Amino acid sequence: MTKPMKIAIASGKGGTGKTFISTNLYNLLQKKGLNVALVDCDAEEPNARLFLTEGILKSSREVNQKVPVIDESKCTYCGKCAEYCNYNAIFFLKEPKIVNVLEEICHGCGACSVACSYGAITEKDDLLGHVSNFEFSNKSALIESRTRVGVYSSVNVLKAAIKEASGFDLVLFDAPPGIGCPFIQTVAQADYVVLVTEPTPYGLSDLKQSIETLKGMDKPYGVIVNRAGLGNDVVYDYLKKENIPLLMSIPFDKNIAVSYSKGELLTDQDSKWKEKFSELFNKVKEEYGNSNN
Amino acid sequence: MKIAITSEGNSLDSKMDSRFGRCAYFAIYDTNTKTTDFFENPAKDSPEGAGPKAVEFIASKGVKKVVAGEFGGKAKALLEKLNIEMQQEKDKTISEIIKQL
Repeated sequence: MTKPMKIAIASGKGGTGKTFISTNLYNLLQKKGLNVALVDCDAEEPNARLFLTEGILKSSREVNQKVPVIDESKCTYCGKCAEYCNYNAIFFLKEPKIVNVLEEICHGCGACSVACSYGAITEKDDLLGHVSNFEFSNKSALIESRTRVGVYSSVNVLKAAIKEASGFDLVLFDAPPGIGCPFIQTVAQADYVVLVTEPTPYGLSDLKQSIETLKGMDKPYGVIVNRAGLGNDVVYDYLKKENIPLLMSIPFDKNIAVSYSKGELLTDQDSKWKEKFSELFNKVKEEYGNSNN
Repeated sequence: MKIAITSEGNSLDSKMDSRFGRCAYFAIYDTNTKTTDFFENPAKDSPEGAGPKAVEFIASKGVKKVVAGEFGGKAKALLEKLNIEMQQEKDKTISEIIKQL
């Protein structure tokens, strides 16, 4: 079996159209008969499922992390666990004697258990979220990561979802917005990154930050301009100057917005858009090939 | 009683720091001896959990009251638990705050 191709659809700025692109691309390719998985990595606000309603829920499982439990009867208040904790998740005072696990900032790394020589630390499961698997025809799937409300970081949940997307010929990641840990953990797993932006100064500012991040990670990328016709030329000038491929341009069109607002897929409604998303996929494959993968 | 004041610098003329967990210094004023010591805040560059770490630091110095611009949620909960009184001030110098204590 050849290595699966993994494409992340990402953006620095929120609301640029990542889910719009990824759900339509998935819909088109899945209906063409490809064996493809779309992983909704936006674990804080997953909503690809709102557009991809045809799949049937095959499984849903919990993602847990280990958090320490300190047995104060065995604790000698040496403070080594707090010293080992890189996240300040153990509050420790010698006088008065206090040792307290701050579960909401614990990363579950287990360093405190290693630090304790008195057997005072055991671990318990803490529910971080769920990974749900929706099956479509051709054994294609939508894999959704969903963080439990109040959980500090979505990283472990989205990583579990990405892990579940193995054995497919093609994997698409609908990345979380921003350029923080969730974004980095998603694009790190991808062979190629499609950045979605809008042609405005805000779009450009955030696009530059995403590109700086990707350069540091040595990831090949291309750009989709959504809502073209809006704003000004700053994004186009930047792409030209930096020699960054423009993969697709989607006009600022009321009809597209109306259809999206109803949860409809453009690739189900309009053959012109089917064609356009096909071209996008071919272009990505070509760029991916050129990037020496 | 020892009172901690968040500070931007390490002198009495310094302005108080509006942040608690990530303030640059803590000025710790002792009401018995009327002296003030300045300590660099060990939590100021923590990637995470600066608030709890700063509480840990001032509590280990025997502080019973703290003056800052504002307190984050995690720090507030811990300060309450430790019965350390919180007072909010803004835009004053350390010596101005000490005068009004």
